[in-house]
Amino acid sequence: MRIVTNLMLAAGLAIASLSVASGVNASVPQPELAPAPQAELAPAPGAEAEATESAADAAPAFEYAAPTEGIGMPSGGMGIQPQVSEVGEQARWFHDALLMPIITIISLFVLALLLWIVVRFNRRANPTASKTTHNTTLEVIWTLVPVLILVFIAVPSIGLLQAQYNLPEGETITVKITGNQWNWTYEYPDHGDILLVSNMLEEEGEQGEGARFRTDADGPRLLAADERMVIPAGVNIRFLVTASDVLHSFAVPAFWTKIDAVPGRLNEGWTRVDREGVYFGQCSELCGARHGYMPIAVEVVSPENFERWVLSQGGSMPGSADAAEEENTDAADDAAETAAASTAAAAS
Amino acid sequence: MTDTTATPAHFEASGHDEAHHDADHKPGFFVRWFMSTNHKDIGTLYLIFAIVAGIIGGAISGMMRMELAAPGIQYLEAWTGETGNAALHFWNVMITAHGLIMVFFMVMPAMIGGFGNWFVPLMIGAPDMAFPRMNNISFWLLVPAFLLLMGSTQVMGSTGLGGGTGWTVYAPLSTQASGPATDMAILSLHLAGASSILGAVNFITTIFNMRAPGMTLHKMPLFVWSVLVTAFLLLLALPVLAAAITMLLTDRNFGTVFFDAAGGGDPLLYQHLFWFFGHPEVYIMILPGFGMVSQIVATFSKKPVFGYLGMAYAMVAIGVVGFVVWAHHMFTVGLSLNMKLYFTAATMVIAVPTGIKIFSWIATMWGGSVSFKTPMMWALGFIFMFTVGGVTGVVLANGGFDNYVHDTYYVVAHFHYVLSLGAVFGIFAGWYYWFGKMFGKMYNEFLGHLHFWVFFIGVNILFFPMHFLGLDGMPRRYPDYADSQAYWNEIASYGYVIMGVGMLIFFVNMAWSLAFGKKAADNYWGEGATTLEWTLSSPPPYHQFNTLPKID
Repeated sequence: MRIVTNLMLAAGLAIASLSVASGVNASVPQPELAPAPQAELAPAPGAEAEATESAADAAPAFEYAAPTEGIGMPSGGMGIQPQVSEVGEQARWFHDALLMPIITIISLFVLALLLWIVVRFNRRANPTASKTTHNTTLEVIWTLVPVLILVFIAVPSIGLLQAQYNLPEGETITVKITGNQWNWTYEYPDHGDILLVSNMLEEEGEQGEGARFRTDADGPRLLAADERMVIPAGVNIRFLVTASDVLHSFAVPAFWTKIDAVPGRLNEGWTRVDREGVYFGQCSELCGARHGYMPIAVEVVSPENFERWVLSQGGSMPGSADAAEEENTDAADDAAETAAASTAAAAS
Repeated sequence: MTDTTATPAHFEASGHDEAHHDADHKPGFFVRWFMSTNHKDIGTLYLIFAIVAGIIGGAISGMMRMELAAPGIQYLEAWTGETGNAALHFWNVMITAHGLIMVFFMVMPAMIGGFGNWFVPLMIGAPDMAFPRMNNISFWLLVPAFLLLMGSTQVMGSTGLGGGTGWTVYAPLSTQASGPATDMAILSLHLAGASSILGAVNFITTIFNMRAPGMTLHKMPLFVWSVLVTAFLLLLALPVLAAAITMLLTDRNFGTVFFDAAGGGDPLLYQHLFWFFGHPEVYIMILPGFGMVSQIVATFSKKPVFGYLGMAYAMVAIGVVGFVVWAHHMFTVGLSLNMKLYFTAATMVIAVPTGIKIFSWIATMWGGSVSFKTPMMWALGFIFMFTVGGVTGVVLANGGFDNYVHDTYYVVAHFHYVLSLGAVFGIFAGWYYWFGKMFGKMYNEFLGHLHFWVFFIGVNILFFPMHFLGLDGMPRRYPDYADSQAYWNEIASYGYVIMGVGMLIFFVNMAWSLAFGKKAADNYWGEGATTLEWTLSSPPPYHQFNTLPKID
């Protein structure tokens, strides 16, 4: 594979990227995403034994899953990470099937014209230069054709933007995300008092005293976090994003999600993921020395498992008896809690 | 349209007589170089300055590629002698310094201060700039500005030495950074900005008032047009930057809360102000390159520029539209849907005048009798590489797509294609094109070609894989990355080494040419070179056009 990619680089990078684009088709689901999620997650180290164990248990405890290689994390490839949300799939199609071919053709067209000039209009092949300085028809064409191409791009581009802003009807769960120097806090205002402070897991031998170090089941180096944001599959997830100190940006490439965390603002975004699994992201706005060391780890689980997880965190499902007292808590009120959350984060 | 019918005899008749008296009388070394009012000497000073700054800025990027060549932190601790956050902070100092140096102290001084000063008066048939002493101030403001920026890396800022805010100096990271480093960087920007504003005033006045008789605006060479548009962009954009960073200063030192949400301010206000300057700034960096490439393409094709008026007004259009697209740098900050739709559409519009320019250059060469001398190679490289950077710009213009690659290496790849392979190629094209005119000696053609090819291959290997890294999700401004991304990062670092070899060839060529280069003739490019500077000797007399040329 390495040799192949190497050759591609040598053979012409534009052509290589074309092959990336052509390998993708909107109507065909990506092969690596096709298998049932459970089947993919099963082979995770240690997970099998734990699963059997928990199945035997009458009230199964929540178990964190291991990530799948190549999904929800960088793979070192040449294209966009596999997308697991509808909007992400639409956006990936927009890039791979529309934008990439168009820009590749334009670049190769310009290159071809330049090469033709080198061959045909060099000093020896064409000793006498023409004196042409105008050609109105030509000038109108190369003004109008780009306009048409841009309009052609703009239509799906507008559709994509609208889709990104259009939270669909249906059950919606809110997660409030606060960026701090240098970790993330996740709160679930609809699920009781769940508050997670998510720090990067250090490598073995580098971790702080008493702290857990990273294992492969947690995820890749620099991406694994001690606390994952856990969300249910097949349900709308509304992200409310803010920051307690400086700018940060909450990004999960596999969801096509990137929302800046700005102090004093509550930015909203949403996603809905059907595939269970673990997905990683990284802070995407310069926030100081450890900007590169505050990863985002999101685990998508079945709704039943999500309920188990909520209970294991001491939270409660909306509508349950425990939740009655907290019924009044809603997302908007929660903005006021930013300060409290960040204090908690700082204290931890 | 850019050609004129003036011949050397027209206006050098008197110039030659006076060559040994007034016109070519040069002051002593100190007065000539430190108190200069001569546009050519100031242009040379700017070029030397840009080369020095470019070496420093380029060395910093070399350190960054060294650190990024393999996963993990290899060098930051050794370079700083610190551990932990102080060492990691040095990474942010490097990205900040590299960005600011390349933008404010390399590309701008080279293009506008260097080539603009040298050739705008020559091309419009003027004896000098309109305000020669202000010209001197413009240059000498840049020196303390650069010293302040360099000095800022030696004082405390945040968790280590130096300012680590990125070249954008975003609040609140910049307002919360402790120590004087960020203040020094801001003052540096203030001085550099003042320098550029004075320069812009000078260029606008010169171009509007000092054109030779008969040289109407529509007969001006396209390089002059490009500098004129650039000067307007500078004049309108830089005061906004000055306002923004002044507010940063008062937020930092005098208790104001312009950008502090806790006091009723808004961090996004800074971003809006910065990018209202910042987007025109990227056109400021590329437009003079457009102008130089137009001159060079016409010269070496032995044809006048195709669609001259379209070319000139395409630059004006790019300049105007460049002021209303700034928030595409802020697609992820939480803009409303309508804002994103507008900025997506407006940004894509820029592709139209840019396309006109690309195709007009090609049409200029079409049917020409093209000789592929070194400057022409750089111009061809510019056209193709700028196209590649331009089309990824169209991709990024789509707010819905940008969400994914925003603040990733895809963006880094894009702006290095338009700047490091666009603007820098333009600078090298101009340098080789006018080297003989400026210094009176010809560069070495073989070494020039070698420089081009090694540099061209190097920068492509350096920057093309960054598209892949960005699509794979690697964020910008990271000193370390996931192990799976090691391959493309390693390739990119090899690319840097190749580019570095190219630069060595450049310096060898310059040293050799200045020492042993053939004497340059007045018009060493022959019939294709039709602008006024080719009617003068190489180098031109200390004061030219004592009798103004007349353009028919």
